[in-house]
Amino acid sequence: MGSFHLTKMSLRNFFKKPATKMYPVVAPTYTKMSKGHVANEIKDCIFCGICENRCPTHAITVSKEDETWTIDNFSCIQCITCVRNCPKKCLTMEPDYTKAAAQKSIITLKKPELTPEERAAKEAADKEKAARIAAAKAAKAARDAEAAAQ
Amino acid sequence: MGTKTVIPFGPQHPVLPEPMHLDLVIEDEKVIEAIPQIGFIHRGLEKLVSKKDFMQFVLVTERICGICSFGHSLGYSETVEALMGIEVPPRAEYLRVIWHELSRMHSHMLWLGLLADGFGYENLFMQCWRLREDVLDIFEATTGGRVILTACNVGGVEQDIENNELAGIVVTLDKMRAEYGELLRTFLKDRSVKSRLVGVGYLSKEDSVAAATVGPFARASGIDEDIRSYGFGAYGALADFQPIVSTKGDGYARCEVRGLEVLQAIDIIKELVDKMPDGEINQKVKGVPAEGVEVVSRLEQPRGECFYFAKGNGTKFLERFRIRTPTSQNIAGMVQTLQGCDLADVPLNVLTIDPCISCTER
Repeated sequence: MGSFHLTKMSLRNFFKKPATKMYPVVAPTYTKMSKGHVANEIKDCIFCGICENRCPTHAITVSKEDETWTIDNFSCIQCITCVRNCPKKCLTMEPDYTKAAAQKSIITLKKPELTPEERAAKEAADKEKAARIAAAKAAKAARDAEAAAQ
Repeated sequence: MGTKTVIPFGPQHPVLPEPMHLDLVIEDEKVIEAIPQIGFIHRGLEKLVSKKDFMQFVLVTERICGICSFGHSLGYSETVEALMGIEVPPRAEYLRVIWHELSRMHSHMLWLGLLADGFGYENLFMQCWRLREDVLDIFEATTGGRVILTACNVGGVEQDIENNELAGIVVTLDKMRAEYGELLRTFLKDRSVKSRLVGVGYLSKEDSVAAATVGPFARASGIDEDIRSYGFGAYGALADFQPIVSTKGDGYARCEVRGLEVLQAIDIIKELVDKMPDGEINQKVKGVPAEGVEVVSRLEQPRGECFYFAKGNGTKFLERFRIRTPTSQNIAGMVQTLQGCDLADVPLNVLTIDPCISCTER
């Protein structure tokens, strides 16, 4: 029995910093694991649509034709399903939360236009790939012909 | 003898974080009968198994309740793993139990704070919740979420905790233990707290058995029943687990059981960190639950035994998923404690079963 068991702790608290923060004047601290919002490194995105299919709340929309990737942050539940399933690893979970806003915003990202150098590099890579495919097809046809002759 | 009067209690009441209604039949200042009513926040989450596949549904089970969030994802995952015969890697089981015990700590500290608030000790309430923040910070550092963790999934866990991080958690818990000791001493020794709790809401062991109560509410009435002592998951690796039982049966005993369970949770976490095995944390899930297979599993949630049932139908959607929550078991016992109590003790009696209406209604 007895009273004033909490007095020591209460007195200590007089000389301690407050346990709370004066948000928004003092910015909140996030850990590296914090689930703030999903970000997309759009230039690496191949618009495969896996994130759209796996999203449990249908917050993500992907358009392959227009090369756009759209997220509705108000529907997103930060479950990281999309980040885990992204084959190109261009989706990341950023630790900072989206800012407070007066209205709901839907973020749409469009793949940037390529610079002439990038376009030339891409065309060269495509050409090389096409040549590789043609060579493989020719080799296969030759093998088939050989097999048919035997 | 006075005339009988019916006083409505709830669904909105300062001691109730969630909506529950009681019709209190009172005579003079004594409660003669209490008629409970729930159903204000039914969301039909069990029906969602027909819309979300069995891998996605773990996200729904986490959102059944904000306090037992990790427990429900763990219970669901264990049920589906039993349904599909998946063996979880040992490290994942250890991590699951560590997170589950941390959940128990934060749940009990939240409840102790609410109890202090219920009997008007504002300072104690604030200190409990300040200390609880440290547990939530551990959650945020290890999983990225403070309440909804998204850490547990069918087949294992999503994130690993590095061994040096685990050592850091133990250091934090040791620091907390000293401060928590001061709070617990206040709860168990302070004259004003005792005058408000001792003898309030008494429920005998026989009545408790008859009302099929579970969890700390049952253990405070002398029922030695804790699912953790059956050794599911990593609980089997504990050297010596003894449930905390009190025979007093009143509000003070419930406070004592929950208060000591926080210290027990710290001990469990420290023991598991020492024994933590290395290896994989996730087992790849292949196939879907077979048709017609039914599985039940039980889990000791912070509020008591929770019962899960799942049935597969050969597709990626489960045929049926059902949860029986601890609060739905404890409401009958609570109504018994209310019979014959003073009107002024009703809020405390309702609070001492730690009602979680979100779980109960789903």
